[in-house]
Amino acid sequence: MELNASLSLVRPELILSFSALALLLLAAWREQAGRLISILSVGALVAAAAFVFAFMAKGTDVSAFDGLLVNDAFGNFAKILVYIAAAISLIIAPRFLEKTGAMRAEYPVLILLSCIGMGVMVSATDLISLYIGLELQSLSAYVLASFARSDGRSAEAGLKYFVLGALASGMLLYGASLVYGFAGSTSFAAIGTAMNGEVGLGLIFGIVFILSGLAFKISAAPFHMWTPDVYEGAPTPVTAFFASAPKVAAIALTIRIVLEAFGSQIFVWQQIIIAVALMSIIIGAVGAIGQQNLKRLMAYSSINNVGFILIGLATGTEQGIAAMLVYLTIYVAMTLGSFVCLMQLKDKDGGYREEFADISGLSKTRPALAAAFAIFMFSLAGIPPLFGFWGKLVVFNAAVAAGLLPLAVIGIAASAIGAFYYLKVVKVMYFDDAADVIAQSDDKVLVWTGGLLAAANSPLGYFAIPALGVWTAYAARALF
Amino acid sequence: MNAADIPVLSIMLAIPVVAAAFCLFVQAEQARLIALVATLANLALGIVLWLSYDPAGAQWQFTEAATLFGPIGWRLGIDGISLTLIMLSVFLMPICIGASWTSIQKRVGEYMAAFLLMETLMIGVFAAQDLLLFYIFFEAGLIPMYLIIGIWGGQDRIYASYKFFLYTLLGSLVMLIAMLWMIQFAGTADIPTLLNTDFPVEAQKWLWFAFFASFAVKMPMWPVHTWLPDAHVQAPTAGSVILAGVLLKMGGYGFLRFSLPMFPEASADFIPLVFGLSMVAVVYTSLVALVQQDMKKLIAYSSVAHMAIVTVGLFTFNQQGIEGAIIVMLSHGLVSGALFLCVGVIYDRLHTREISRYGGLSVNMPKYALLFMLFTMASVGLPGTSGFVGEFLSLAGAYKVSTWATLIATTGIILGAGYMLYLYRRIAFGPQVNADAAAMSDVNGREMWLLAPIAVVVLWMGVYPETFLAPIRRDVATIVARVERAAPAGDSKLKLVDLTTAPYRVVQGPEKNMAEGSH
Repeated sequence: MELNASLSLVRPELILSFSALALLLLAAWREQAGRLISILSVGALVAAAAFVFAFMAKGTDVSAFDGLLVNDAFGNFAKILVYIAAAISLIIAPRFLEKTGAMRAEYPVLILLSCIGMGVMVSATDLISLYIGLELQSLSAYVLASFARSDGRSAEAGLKYFVLGALASGMLLYGASLVYGFAGSTSFAAIGTAMNGEVGLGLIFGIVFILSGLAFKISAAPFHMWTPDVYEGAPTPVTAFFASAPKVAAIALTIRIVLEAFGSQIFVWQQIIIAVALMSIIIGAVGAIGQQNLKRLMAYSSINNVGFILIGLATGTEQGIAAMLVYLTIYVAMTLGSFVCLMQLKDKDGGYREEFADISGLSKTRPALAAAFAIFMFSLAGIPPLFGFWGKLVVFNAAVAAGLLPLAVIGIAASAIGAFYYLKVVKVMYFDDAADVIAQSDDKVLVWTGGLLAAANSPLGYFAIPALGVWTAYAARALF
Repeated sequence: MNAADIPVLSIMLAIPVVAAAFCLFVQAEQARLIALVATLANLALGIVLWLSYDPAGAQWQFTEAATLFGPIGWRLGIDGISLTLIMLSVFLMPICIGASWTSIQKRVGEYMAAFLLMETLMIGVFAAQDLLLFYIFFEAGLIPMYLIIGIWGGQDRIYASYKFFLYTLLGSLVMLIAMLWMIQFAGTADIPTLLNTDFPVEAQKWLWFAFFASFAVKMPMWPVHTWLPDAHVQAPTAGSVILAGVLLKMGGYGFLRFSLPMFPEASADFIPLVFGLSMVAVVYTSLVALVQQDMKKLIAYSSVAHMAIVTVGLFTFNQQGIEGAIIVMLSHGLVSGALFLCVGVIYDRLHTREISRYGGLSVNMPKYALLFMLFTMASVGLPGTSGFVGEFLSLAGAYKVSTWATLIATTGIILGAGYMLYLYRRIAFGPQVNADAAAMSDVNGREMWLLAPIAVVVLWMGVYPETFLAPIRRDVATIVARVERAAPAGDSKLKLVDLTTAPYRVVQGPEKNMAEGSH
């Protein structure tokens, strides 16, 4: 009975697991069915999301498998975000991968497996389940990074990601073992109780190691070095996936462990989070300035954005967490949109371009694409009236409410540095002479997804503010 | 139907946006027409607004409220100060479109769309009654202006556009943090409520500085003015008009709407800073203007000097000074806009802004010379033009606070006469040394239509300023009453009436006649 109840709480993961296995079988017999399997995978994600919605509507807040997982509003919100991001990554991919000769039926299956891992990550309430989820997600990601097998850069990206990712997992595990040793339990709740009194040095060491490992996964400075290389080397749809869904999952995981396990000792981790946030913002902003490759630029942009998101965590308040979720939602839309634009940069011979020189004067030859790209850039820079502004605003609002004024001031000043390189993209597209290397896009799917995401990032997105506010507040409340 | 029941402000905000969307999808010819029609429609609505505004009615009129965007309240409403600045915006917009009629030939649809969006954002800044909504309008203006300078600008347009964007962005971001703090403190983002919230004196200083960082850059005040000459010189003519005409006024409006009434104590504490910077600006930028070889640069520096008079007037804490500052803002918006148009007229013919390439234009362009003369005189502050009224009032107000600051600021008028007349002499008088300049044709019908309305308003404001003072008087009095508790004691020895406690020209009361004398 207990098992049945637990299983019913992880129905989304079960659906995804069985779909992944079935599709893998299908792929074994039908080698060329990549597109079909992609469509079926999106269907599986939709079905899983439907269950999550049902949980959310019911307001479930129950733990499963003897406290290994929890099914609560926070996890469910993160799952929906993850599924949406993964579905978009699936929708935009097939044509690109076919063109570059890398389309395999395993691509959607790996994304599904990764989604299961992420589902476990966001609902884990135990160090063991946390690690299992994280590794399932990471291992799928390592393979995805080197998915373009014939491309040397892709292979390099996969190897780099794997070696550094393994190192980070090791750090995380080491920290987890220290925490287990000093707290006497792997369950977040028990660790939280053990931390109520005086916190020993060993426990602090454990927390630092865990946070370092997680900082790697969310590509926060100073553990960000892998990001530009992996983002550049991986096939663009995979990069779009990396920049969206796993970020959401890893950040949600960080939020949960920090608040549920270490929540009572805010002074232990708050300064770490603040330092990491500020470093990420500044390194992300400064590092992007010299980049010539647009995917590397997006990598630094994601480092920069993670910094802003972490400001919400540094507050340690319910308002801060809700703000992070708002930012994450908008960030997913912005970053996926930018990558959709990048994927449309195709020259007349069908080759994909990703350098600054290629988008020179794009607004003259492809005005709609340039306009969409400009919207995403201004939105990422947080310039009103674009929707990205709202994300920054709520995060800084939470920081101000929590009394972290210096953090807010430094962070917002650094965002002006960040604006510089976003502006550079707009400048190259709008002010420079046309290079005329980019051909008309023949991929209707990309045009439509790009257009929809651009509309969501335009001031039209403001209409979503009330609903977004309600849902994120509801999700954040589950942690307090 | 009663005019107050129609959401006039929302309609005024919506018309340009809709028109901008159309402009993006049509040919150049139609885009120009759409833009002109939309701006004229807004001008007509502006006139309706002006006529139906009741100076004796409620403080905030034409108010609208909707909760579409959650915490960002769509709350609009205007008082007299907003009204005059909105009028300035809608008045200048059709002129800008007209000024770009032939000089802009590439990407016309996008150009018109950018200008129309600017119009919406400018009206929004002056009409917003919610702090966050204000910030959005205030900051969003950066994007179209960045594109206008960067796409349609001159040689060094890219440098100028970056400088413009990053300078103003950095200034405003700090203000955003302050705004968030204020919203936390007061529990509302409603500007009319915040206007009557007393913030702790200690916090006021920080808040004041944060707002100052933004408005001083926007204004611009010395030493953060350096973006302005670059932006002005590189922007297309109409861009310069909007920049000088309306965007700079956002800084002054900000001081007036936020810094003064919300942080009276801090404002009083920082009077020496504001006056000091303004004094430096007046003298320094006037001297810099004297040696400019580039017409637009000269006018840009003169803008900084004029804006310094505005800041002096605003921080006098008395009725005359603040009214004067508002009139200087309006007058400068018209006059510098007109001067940039005058530059544009001859730039379109000879494609150079260098002063020495012209000369003796009064011979071959008499109508042009006459109009240019009028605007030069208005810029100098000749009695009978709008410039005189504003400068006189603000300096008269400043005299009550600081005689020294007034003395130094007044030299700006003398220096202003110097550089403007010197400019005029070099362009309009003297021998016709340049054959190509001598062959230029006089202003055509279109250019006449652009300059003549401004000339009429400049003279109107100079001869009968009451039209423009009437709607703002009560609102300025409200601000003066609000800041009175912190008003500085003047250093002038001459005290006939205690004017700090009896603001001049309070409509009722026996002291009316006595105070009237100051006009």
